[in-house]
Amino acid sequence: MTVYDRQLANGAATKEATMNKTVPVASDAPRPLVEVDDLKVHFPLRGGILGRPTGEAIKAVDGVSFTIFEGETLGLVGESGCGKSTTGRAILQLRRPTGGHVRFEGKDLVQASDDEMRAMRRHMQLIYQDPYSSLNPRMSVGDMIAEPIRVHGLRVGSVAVKDRVQELLELVGLSPDFAERFPHEFSGGQRQRVGIARALAMEPKFLVCDEPVSALDVSIQAQVINLMERLQDRLGLTYLFIAHGLAVVKHISDRIAVMYLGKVVELAKASELYTSPKHPYTRSLLSAVPIPDPKVEKSRKRIILQGDVPSPLNPPAGCRFHTRCPMAVPKCAAQEPPFVDTGSGHFAACWRSDEIQQMDVIAESKPNMLGGPHPIV
Amino acid sequence: MTNLLEVRNLTVEFRLEKGVVRAVDDVSFTLKRGETLGIVGESGSGKSVTSLAVMRLIPNPPGRIAGGEIIFDGKNLLDATEKEMRRIRGKRIAMIFQDPMSSLNPVLTIGRQITESLKLHMDMGGRAAELRATELLDLVGIPSAKKRLKEFPHEFSGGMRQRVMIAMALACNPELLIADEPTTALDVTIQAQILELIGQLQKELGTAVIMITHDLGVVAGMADRLLVMYAGRVVEDAPTEPLFADPRMPYTMGLLNSIPRLDERKGAELVPIPGLPPDLTRLGKECPFHPRCRFAVKGVCDVTVPPLRQVAEEHKAACLFNVDELKAADANRSAALMDLVP
Ligand SMILES: Nc1ncnc2c1ncn2[C@@H]1O[C@H](COP(=O)(O)OP(=O)(O)OP(=O)(O)O)[C@@H](O)[C@H]1O
Ligand SMILES: Nc1ncnc2c1ncn2[C@@H]1O[C@H](COP(=O)(O)OP(=O)(O)OP(=O)(O)O)[C@@H](O)[C@H]1O
Ligand code: SF4
Ligand SMILES: [Mg+2]
Ligand SMILES: [Mg+2]
Repeated sequence: MTVYDRQLANGAATKEATMNKTVPVASDAPRPLVEVDDLKVHFPLRGGILGRPTGEAIKAVDGVSFTIFEGETLGLVGESGCGKSTTGRAILQLRRPTGGHVRFEGKDLVQASDDEMRAMRRHMQLIYQDPYSSLNPRMSVGDMIAEPIRVHGLRVGSVAVKDRVQELLELVGLSPDFAERFPHEFSGGQRQRVGIARALAMEPKFLVCDEPVSALDVSIQAQVINLMERLQDRLGLTYLFIAHGLAVVKHISDRIAVMYLGKVVELAKASELYTSPKHPYTRSLLSAVPIPDPKVEKSRKRIILQGDVPSPLNPPAGCRFHTRCPMAVPKCAAQEPPFVDTGSGHFAACWRSDEIQQMDVIAESKPNMLGGPHPIV
Repeated sequence: MTNLLEVRNLTVEFRLEKGVVRAVDDVSFTLKRGETLGIVGESGSGKSVTSLAVMRLIPNPPGRIAGGEIIFDGKNLLDATEKEMRRIRGKRIAMIFQDPMSSLNPVLTIGRQITESLKLHMDMGGRAAELRATELLDLVGIPSAKKRLKEFPHEFSGGMRQRVMIAMALACNPELLIADEPTTALDVTIQAQILELIGQLQKELGTAVIMITHDLGVVAGMADRLLVMYAGRVVEDAPTEPLFADPRMPYTMGLLNSIPRLDERKGAELVPIPGLPPDLTRLGKECPFHPRCRFAVKGVCDVTVPPLRQVAEEHKAACLFNVDELKAADANRSAALMDLVP
C-alpha cells in the first residue's frame, strides 16, 4: 500500500485537516512543507562575439521568501517576465539558485548534491503550461506513465505496473484504454490530464503547476481546475499554482503571493488579498481584471497604470514599483520597503500600505490614472 | 441608425485532406454605425474566419466563401473586385490582429509603416503624412512620438506594438474597426490600457467595432451586443446585459457557469461543460452542442439543426427549446435527485 492508496482510502480527510488552519491545537497546526528563504536567481548576460560574461545579470528572482504549508495551494501571480516560472523551477532545483535557501520537509535542497536531489525529486513534480510540447510524441500514453513507475521501482512486475497505469488514468478522468494511444490523438485538455497522471505516477507530495490551464479553452479550463482540486482533496497534495489569470488563481488558492520584477510584493489569504489589498501594485492589478458581468463592469473604476514594466536587467532603485506607482513619494525611490507582516499573516512591501485607502483618490487626482472618459485629441 | 454592416447567411469552407471543414456556417448578424459588437466562442469556433471573410482575406485555396452576402454600407463586398477591396481595406475597414509582431514588418521603421497607408489612402504627401503619424502615435499614448517614428518594431514592447497597430488602424478614420483578440498576448495592466484606449477612440471618432475575444470579461464592459459562436454557427445574439443575465442557449449558460470570477464568493464551484467541441468535418444535421448539452433529447437534438430564432426582443438563440422548457427540465432533474435521497 502506498501513500496514495492510503490517502484514497482515507477520502478527503487530509484536506479537511489542513483547511482548519486556525485551530490552535498543536497537532493540527499547519506544517511547513516548502520554505523559501531569500531566493535569488540571476542570469548572467553574455556579450560580444566570444560570449563572455559582461558582469551584468538579469535579476529574474531577487530575494523571494515564503512558506508553503502542507495541503495548501499557494497561488503565484504577476505579469509576464516577473519571475514566476523561474521561482518555481528554482524551488525544484531544475535551475540552481544564485542565492538563498529552499527547504523541503526541513531539508535544504540548495545544499543537496545532484544525487540527493535525484532521490528527492520524486516528491516534487512540475506540471507544465503547454500540454503539447511537454509529452513525448513517440511514446504511447501508457508507456509514458509507466516509465517513472519503473525507474523509481514503485511497482514490481509488468502486471502491477499496468494496473497502476490504469488506476492513474482513471484518477485523472481518462478511460483506461487511452493507454494504447499517442499524444497527438488527444485534445489539449486530455493531454493536460495525461501530464498530470504522469506527474502523479511518482507519488509526489508537492506539485509546481506552471500555468496548467492557460493554454486551454475556457470551457475546458474548468474541467482541469476541478480535477486538480479533487486530486488535492483525495491525495493531500500541496500546490504552488502559477498563473497570470487572477480569477483562476483566486478560485483555486488558499493564499496568494503577488510578484513584481523579481520580488514578492504582497502575500495574503486569497479572500483578503482580493477584499483589502495592501500594495498599490496588487490594487492596480485587481482593478485591471475584467469581470464577466456587464453591470459590475459599468460601475467599476479602473486604475490604469501608465508605462511598461521596467527591465529586470536594471530594476529601479528603492521600491521597484515606484516608477509606475500612483502613491510614490520621494522615499520610495531612495529606500527599498521591507516585506513585512501587516497583521495576521498579510505581508506587503510598501512604505505607504497604511494609507492605501487613499489610493483611489490619489489616482483620480493624476491625469490618465483612472479609467473613464477624458479628452484625448 | 442605419446598419453599417449586414452579414447574411455567410458560409466559409476549407478543403482539407480529412474533408471539407465548414468553418463558418450560415452566419448572419448586423452592426450599426458606432456600435460595438463582441464575438465570443471557443478556439476554432469561426470567429477569426468570420472577420477575415468580411475583409475578403480568406486564403484560397484551401478556403472559399461558399455563400452569403456581406453588405457594407449598402454594397455587397462579395461582388467587389480586388481593386475595390484594396481601397476599402485599411481605409474604411481596419483590422487589429492578436499578434502585432507578425503583422508589422520587422525591417521597416514604425514611421514608414504608418505613413505608407496614409499616402496610399489619404493622398498625403511625405511631410503631411509624417506629421499625421506623429499625431497618431501621440494619440495612442506613445511618448516622444517623433523620435520613435524612426525606430523598428523590435525596439517596442508588446503593449507599445499593439498601440502602433491601433494607430495604423485608425490612421484613415475607418468606419469599422475589427479587433481580433487585440489583448490576448498582453498583460492584464497593459490590456486595461489598450481596451481603455480603444473605447475612448471609438467614442471620439464614432467608429463601429467588432471585438473578438474568448474572455467574457473583456466584452462585458465594452460591447453593446454579443454574438456567441459555436462550431461555426451563431448560437446566440443579444444585447450584452440580457445575454449575461438571461442567456437562452445552453452553451452560453454553460460558459458563464464554468468561468471563475474575481468577485466570486469562496467555495462557489465551477461547473465545467463536459466533453469536447465537435469535429467540424463530421458535423451533420444536428445541434452542434448536443453531445455536451445537459438538456439534449435523443431523437430530437441529434437530428435537427436548431435555427437561430427570435426568443425575446432583440434576442436570438439557436436552441430547440424555450427557456421555460429548459428551466422545467432542470427542476425535474433536481426533483428526481431529491427522490433518491432516503
Ligand atoms: N534561461 C534564461 N536565461 C536568461 N534569462 C532568463 C532565462 N529564463 C528566464 N529569464 C528571464 O528572467 C525573467 C523572468 O522570467 P520567467 O520566465 O521566470 O517569468 P514569468 O513570470 O514566468 O513570465 P511568464 O508569465 O511570461 O511566463 C525574464 O526577464 C526572462 O527573460
Ligand atoms: N487557413 C486555414 N486552413 C485550414 N483551416 C482553417 C484555416 N483557417 C481556419 N481554419 C479552420 O476554420 C475553423 C475556424 O477557425 P477560426 O480561426 O475562425 O477560429 P477562432 O474562433 O478564431 O479560434 P481561436 O479562438 O483559436 O482564434 C477551425 O476549425 C480552423 O481549423
Ligand atoms: S513603496 Fe512607494 S512606490 Fe512602492 S508601492 Fe508603496 S507607495 Fe508605491
Ligand atoms: Mg512563466
Ligand atoms: Mg481566432
